[in-house]
Amino acid sequence: MKIAITSSGKDLNAEVDPRFGRAAYFIIVDPDTMEYEAIENTQNMGLPQGAGVQAGKTIVGSQVDVLLTGNCGPKAFKVLETAGIRVIINANGKVKDMVEQFKSGELSDYAKNPNVNGHWM
Amino acid sequence: MVIAVASGKGGTGKTTIATNLAASVDGNVRYLDCDVEEPNAHIFLKPTDLESETVTLPIPEVDQTKCDLCGICDQICQFSAIAVMGEYVMTFPEMCHGCKGCMMACPTGAISESSRELGKLEKGRSGHIEFFHGQMRVGEAMSPPLIEAVKEHVQANALNIVDAPPGTSCPVIAAIKDADFLLLVTEPTPFGLNDLKLAVETARLMKIPFGIVINRADVGDNRTVEYAKEENIPIMMEIPDKRDIAVAYSNGILMVEALPEMREKFQALYQNVLEQLK
Repeated sequence: MKIAITSSGKDLNAEVDPRFGRAAYFIIVDPDTMEYEAIENTQNMGLPQGAGVQAGKTIVGSQVDVLLTGNCGPKAFKVLETAGIRVIINANGKVKDMVEQFKSGELSDYAKNPNVNGHWM
Repeated sequence: MVIAVASGKGGTGKTTIATNLAASVDGNVRYLDCDVEEPNAHIFLKPTDLESETVTLPIPEVDQTKCDLCGICDQICQFSAIAVMGEYVMTFPEMCHGCKGCMMACPTGAISESSRELGKLEKGRSGHIEFFHGQMRVGEAMSPPLIEAVKEHVQANALNIVDAPPGTSCPVIAAIKDADFLLLVTEPTPFGLNDLKLAVETARLMKIPFGIVINRADVGDNRTVEYAKEENIPIMMEIPDKRDIAVAYSNGILMVEALPEMREKFQALYQNVLEQLK
């Protein structure tokens, strides 16, 4: 399985970026091997609207099972839900620690709803 | 002719200038309140015989059975209002700008036209003034299409007065574009001057001839007048900071009704605009 984590930097030592749509990077990790790749999300940072939808598409395209992030808005949530990707919100700290907490089952509370409003326009 | 009344800063007196100007000029006058998020000219003009119609925007509706997931609609939409997710096409109606591009581009005819309510357009009459305003639906975030619907009532042979929303963003552009002259209302305060400069930049970019109206002209300092001089911008009118004006305003009474001597000043403002356009 693979998980995606919103990150402020390109590697596992970076801090979680609390934003989803306008996160700096997505780190895609295989929790078993800890192999990872970083996907840049800078093209979404300046979007006036639709960042959540675009970021959702990136995540769907990276074929992950779970997304760990700080906050998730309604449209991004809908996109991820439609694609069957489960979301864990309120992640904060180092990306590496989040993966460990996910593996140990400490982070296992899947969100049933978005936790923030959209911030477009 | 179209005279638009705008300002960078809110609360400087756009509606005060626009309503009193409309009330002071005789003949065929149309008032178009384009501040659709918070229209308030009706409080002063008190239009009667109101007729209301609903204004909508075309949005896509997808027939999933006809869709072959080619993704052209997703690529063409600049606003992420339609997106192909795996084997499903999702739409986000509240983000749609109504261009119909997806409907035209769809090769299998899977996208048909549905609609989203933007708000109401109301028409009425106030003395010699034909009155129009938009009232945006609560929860709607996109005002330019409703502003454009109000502006469809601009009449070529009338004096059309457009009351614009504050600021310098899309709703303001929608309200002031195609105006023959722009009155920028300001107050002589640091905030007023800062936002006036932004509004001046907008007017210059759009190549609309403009002048300044200074409201509450005797408060604050002289910097607005100096700025106008330096930039060679005509000061079209100055309105003093008078308690009588404020009292009338707070009772929803036009300045030219409460202080009839002001009527001539607004007529002079109109003549001043005509002079500038010569």
